[in-house]
Amino acid sequence: MATDPTKLSMAQALNRALRDAMAEDGSVYVFGEDVGPLGGVFRITDGLTAEFGENRCFDTPLAESGIVGMAVGMAMNGMRPVVEMQFDAFAYPAFEQIVSHVAKTRNRTRGRVGLPIVIRVPYAGGIGGVEHHCDSSEAYYAHTPGLTVVTPSTPHDAYHLLRESIASDDPVVFMEPKKLYWGKDEVDPASPAPGIGRAVVRRPGTDATLIAYGPAVSTALEAADAAAQEGRSLQVVDVRSLVPFDDETVCEAVRSTGRAVVVAEASGYASVASEIVARVTERCFHSLAAPVRRVTGFDIPFPPPKLERFQLPGVDRVLDAVDDLQWEDQ
Amino acid sequence: MADAQDLLPSEQPVRLLDETGRPVAGAALPFPTADRLLAAYASLVVGRRVNDQAGALVRQGRLAVYPSSHGQEACQTGAALALAEGDWLFPTYRDTAAVVARGVDPVEVLTLLKGDWHAGYDPYEHRVAPQATPLATQLLHAVGLAHAARLRGEDTVAMAMCGDGATSEGDFHEALNFAAVFKAPVVFFVQNNEYAISVPLARQSAAPSLAHKGVGYGVNAERVDGNDTPAVLAVLDRAVAAARAGEGPQLVEAHTYRMQAHTNADDATRYRSDEEVGPWVARDPLLRMEAYLKRKRLLTKARRTEFAERAEAVAAAMREGVSRDAEPDPSELFAHVFSTPTPQLREQAAFLADELSREGS
Ligand SMILES: Cc1ncc(C[n+]2csc(CCOP(=O)(O)OP(=O)(O)O)c2C)c(N)n1
Ligand SMILES: [Mg+2]
Repeated sequence: MATDPTKLSMAQALNRALRDAMAEDGSVYVFGEDVGPLGGVFRITDGLTAEFGENRCFDTPLAESGIVGMAVGMAMNGMRPVVEMQFDAFAYPAFEQIVSHVAKTRNRTRGRVGLPIVIRVPYAGGIGGVEHHCDSSEAYYAHTPGLTVVTPSTPHDAYHLLRESIASDDPVVFMEPKKLYWGKDEVDPASPAPGIGRAVVRRPGTDATLIAYGPAVSTALEAADAAAQEGRSLQVVDVRSLVPFDDETVCEAVRSTGRAVVVAEASGYASVASEIVARVTERCFHSLAAPVRRVTGFDIPFPPPKLERFQLPGVDRVLDAVDDLQWEDQ
Repeated sequence: MADAQDLLPSEQPVRLLDETGRPVAGAALPFPTADRLLAAYASLVVGRRVNDQAGALVRQGRLAVYPSSHGQEACQTGAALALAEGDWLFPTYRDTAAVVARGVDPVEVLTLLKGDWHAGYDPYEHRVAPQATPLATQLLHAVGLAHAARLRGEDTVAMAMCGDGATSEGDFHEALNFAAVFKAPVVFFVQNNEYAISVPLARQSAAPSLAHKGVGYGVNAERVDGNDTPAVLAVLDRAVAAARAGEGPQLVEAHTYRMQAHTNADDATRYRSDEEVGPWVARDPLLRMEAYLKRKRLLTKARRTEFAERAEAVAAAMREGVSRDAEPDPSELFAHVFSTPTPQLREQAAFLADELSREGS
């Protein structure tokens, strides 16, 4: 296992994490649709069958409930399954298994049966995908007690969050922002990222805080760059762990600036973004100079490729929301 | 690729006893040994007593609800007795008698229906999965567990139970298909009791029989008279042996009848007549088995008394255990959601504890 820092895409970092986890722990099994010889439609499992054999990384019949249900049984029997849902919207057939069994089994059995399963879900838009390939489905999982839900925004985080998810004794829904799969950045396997449950400040700033996760983090960082040109200093917090949520880091950041905008791709109604606004408002009310704003997708089914740019929260919308944070009251 | 003909079930359900308890001529399978038949009879008696006692506890308000397997005890017994110690049972809400036959403490089994917690027993202790309520979902767990065992070179077999209605659920089909593709050592055991709550079998399936569904997946299937205890045992024994020998998954459909309403909360008179139920009373699996054993002079008076006493002791333990008034601990609500409670759950646990302490003061 090489440990030198290298430049990797997020896809390569995830692949590396799977490979390292499988090499280290013989109870880690990878399966799903096209994950074997093909290496997955996004190549995240590339080379794993060749390296570890077709018992350790294998293709299943096309049935998502079957994949997750089988993972439940394997986990009951001492294994650590890592399963791939080919795309966000194709995980829905597995919803009953995820909600009624993956999430609840530890609790139902009074802690006697834990299910160390990782369900990898490539999600969200920004890649010009046709319908059913671009859903931001994180709220369904985040709303379900018993599931840990994480989403990386950098290759380094992708590597370490996935390693930690596989090592976790609890089931993890691992949401992979598709549009960030190909961007390269430094990955150092030897220097762990902050753990599950921790948010991080990606960019310091003093005037307002942008709170984002997954695919929206890059948008927030771009918006902060643009704002800096105009002399406004925006802090960017990457939530990373939707469940458990890091109230401490997020609230400390918001208190330091007194203004906040939550940026997320998913439709805003009853969303993770709404939850973040509520939590921040409940905890930081007296530090806030303006109501916390949301920049999210509209409450519409994800648009066709030629219209998706109207749905995705872009830099301008973020900057407009920042402009709306009642600066004149200062 | 298996020959389709070889996978199809017999023309008629396998029978070893006729309705009066006499051995049928030219039976397809040999009788189980006398010892095994006596053990099965003992388990039938306990199963019936468990069903009746649980029904009584519901009427007394001690249990919230009970889905009875009254009339299906031959299937309940067969499922448990066909397994070796290292095997696994995946039961449904209706399979309490099978879970008890497997050795689980009936009081722990009733935790769910008493309302103290969800699954009350340790699945690893007797290798019995929690009783599944979401229909057919547990069948996939059986496939995964069996596949994992096979990957490790163990000869574990998983017995996955479900009802006739559950065979319409997607997970039933995915489970059979996955099991066949991975050659997982699973015995799918369908108790066809003719009803899914109010809906009769004809509304679930237009197939010649539920066992015929096996062939579409390459799964070997058989059908059996589900009220004929020796036949159920013989067919399940053979299926378990085949699964263990690496011949892949097996599907067994038992033809039986749900003698009581779906649960105590259901009113069966709204969808079926007494005339329909009547003939099934005479097909009672206990009566049939008793008639056979008596004729064979295997069932002495002393044995009958012994079995009845054993069943009575189980019923007494159920009554005693269910009336123990230890209240479930609300702080446990937060303890098992994750391996370590999240900061948010710790906050919520503290909130509830505070609320309770103010209530108490
Ligand atoms: C997925 C799902 N849908 C609906 C129900 C509600 N339900 C509980 S039992 C039942 C009937 C099941 O019939 P069958 O499979 O024949 O089993 P039986 O109750 O006859 O043993 C239904 C509809 C459920 N438990 N799970
Ligand atoms: Mg039924």
